Amino acid sequence: MSQVASMHGAVEPAESPLTPESWGKLGMWIFLAGDAVGFGTLLAGYGAMRATSADWPSPYAVLGINLTALMTFLLICSSVTMVKGLEWLGKGDKSKAIRFLFFTALGGAIFVSLQAYEWTHLIHRGLHINGNPWGASLFGVTGGVIYLLAIMRVVARRPSPAASYNPVEIAGLYWHFVDLVWIMVFTFMYLL
Amino acid sequence: MATAEHKHPNYMAIFWYLAILTVVEIAVIYMPLAKFTIGVLLCSLALGKAVLVAMYFMHLRFETRALGLVAITPLVIATLLIFVLLPDGFAVMKRTVGVKAATTEPAKH
Repeated sequence: MSQVASMHGAVEPAESPLTPESWGKLGMWIFLAGDAVGFGTLLAGYGAMRATSADWPSPYAVLGINLTALMTFLLICSSVTMVKGLEWLGKGDKSKAIRFLFFTALGGAIFVSLQAYEWTHLIHRGLHINGNPWGASLFGVTGGVIYLLAIMRVVARRPSPAASYNPVEIAGLYWHFVDLVWIMVFTFMYLL
Repeated sequence: MATAEHKHPNYMAIFWYLAILTVVEIAVIYMPLAKFTIGVLLCSLALGKAVLVAMYFMHLRFETRALGLVAITPLVIATLLIFVLLPDGFAVMKRTVGVKAATTEPAKH
């Protein structure tokens, strides 16, 4: 380590040994790891409450599976448009990349609207809950849509597609993570 | 670095795997199987989907091994958390479904 430091002098190293492309990528991964522990805690708490309850209702008897399955599919599709956008950016096609990023944000926006619909439906039926992974993932997607729109602007503003590849890949990490959390929520809270 | 070639797997293939796994998950809950079997199946299917997303969409497959360790740590912690909650869970269970617990557990006095 000291050898490396003396070689580079006082200059800050440009690459992380864990993510050779950028430090930003490592930063996002560490953020996501922390976030994942948060979601893991919420899901484990949910599991503990449910396992020890004598009369927990069967989720798929109460919640609509069809709509949720559709939402899961929608998020998977938006993950695909995200990676496709990144792929186009890698090929140097800026406008196609922006178009796919837009589709991704649109998928997220539709997801949020469907969630809002489902929530109002449940609240009308007398359900008032906050602070569960289900609600938390909703915030995750809402934040993700805003993040994606900001990244679209970054891509549009930077003249070289190569210059925005890294920020888009990092945004993609966040987006796929939301998808991943939803996969877990869908399984543990709706199906199980 | 930015000009280096980026590896892109066949994303559409991953999409189809994920779509098929989702359909299988929904099919599983209607299968005439024991509740425990359904649980195990659903957990493995969800884990399979999560691994696909992390490995290919999040490019973990093409990253360094050490970053993989960073990514797997939360899963380990969350799994351990289940065991941390078990003693409390059993204590609550004894109170709520006391009769059932008493019949399944050997007498201690």
